[in-house]
Amino acid sequence: MRDYPADEASREEVPIQASGDVVKARQTVRLLAQQAGLSLVNQTKLVTAASELGRNTLIYGGGGTVEAVVVRDVARVGVWVRFADAGPGIPDMELALTDGWTSGSGMGLGLSGARRLVDEFELDSTPGVGTTVTVLKWAR
Amino acid sequence: MDSDDSKRLLELLSARRAELIAQWEQTVAASLHGRLSTVELGRELSELYDAITEALAAGGLAGRGPEYGVVRSLLVELSRNRARQGFTPTETAVSVFSLKEVLESLLGGSVEEIRAYLQFSHLLDDLGLFTVEEYARTREEIISAQSQQLLELSTPVVKLWDGVVGVPLVGTLDSARTQVVMEKLLQALLDSNSTHAIIDITGVPAVDTQVAQHLLKTVVAARMMGAECVISGIRPQIAQTIVGLGIEFGDIPTKATLADALRHALVEIDKAASTRAAGLL
Ligand SMILES: Nc1ncnc2c1ncn2[C@@H]1O[C@H](COP(=O)(O)OP(=O)(O)OP(=O)(O)O)[C@@H](O)[C@H]1O
Ligand SMILES: [Mg+2]
Repeated sequence: MRDYPADEASREEVPIQASGDVVKARQTVRLLAQQAGLSLVNQTKLVTAASELGRNTLIYGGGGTVEAVVVRDVARVGVWVRFADAGPGIPDMELALTDGWTSGSGMGLGLSGARRLVDEFELDSTPGVGTTVTVLKWAR
Repeated sequence: MDSDDSKRLLELLSARRAELIAQWEQTVAASLHGRLSTVELGRELSELYDAITEALAAGGLAGRGPEYGVVRSLLVELSRNRARQGFTPTETAVSVFSLKEVLESLLGGSVEEIRAYLQFSHLLDDLGLFTVEEYARTREEIISAQSQQLLELSTPVVKLWDGVVGVPLVGTLDSARTQVVMEKLLQALLDSNSTHAIIDITGVPAVDTQVAQHLLKTVVAARMMGAECVISGIRPQIAQTIVGLGIEFGDIPTKATLADALRHALVEIDKAASTRAAGLL
């Protein structure tokens, strides 16, 4: 994903250690999405993606952090969100991104669904080191 | 504290018991601005005073040590009462700390006396902190009890029509809430002898895979009891997000509004009735 200039004043960081933190992260992302002028549909899509990725960070990553900031491109504004954990990592990223595949008891739609809900999506994972998912949603 | 010091302290506390308790009571009462009855306070403080004296006599100066078992249980009670009556943590701890003040006025100038006082004051510091911890624990219990109540309050299951119950969901749906919703809904189906349930999600800000999975489980459980569910209140942004995620509700009927869902349920009930009637003819 390209580096976009960020509105530093808007930057927020939320630790994810318990399920209440996922709710907090979701609220933070919603506020930034409103600040950036995302439509209600796009706000809901981004917040839902954040909910999925935040919960993965908690459940599979064993906790981590969410960082979110309003970014600008030439003529557009968006919200950038990064989920990072130092958990076990994902051995097969293609498999993890397959609709319906879960290693637990979920629907296996969180990761692949989140990718469809945002405009830019990047998954980095190294087994034994951790997982980082970065997403971006533009206002239009 | 060597035994001479603690003996002196004990002598002082025993000899002037009545006077010291009275002063202590006065100081504490002033800090609580008369929001606690003097009778109650008097009883509380004299019990505490005697327990502390006994623990000192047993040779203890460590507030968390075994000699202070009785003192600590009295403090637990005191802290819990203060927390429930709405006093602040400071007002709670002051009940203990102010005994220092009272003793201070009796202090002579000798090195031994000052040493004894200092050690006693460490002890009271520790006991004061103990009350703050207990206070916090009680508050936490109160808060979690309240959120449990809120949980139950915030999921009313209502009878909408003969044979139809409805549950409007509002706010974030986590596992605990969904569990409560599911139990209440199944119980209401049974109690009201209903065959249809409407789950309205107008008030749910986002439906992710976890919420969807909880909804699906509820529907399956209702089916096992012979009841059908309709999910209503699916707003445009939620519909688009659900589709984006790739969630399928299968053969579960979904409706935009509660009115649509009710109409659907009534039609189904009619159909079932006429089928039964046809069977009889
Ligand atoms: N941060 C992470 N660290 C390690 N493994 C992960 C992480 N995120 C996802 N995974 C793996 O990828 C799989 C797919 O994730 P996805 O979110 O799509 O499904 P799920 O969480 O199992 O179910 P749900 O549909 O409820 O989200 C997970 O089952 C898990 O094995
Ligand atoms: Mg997931």
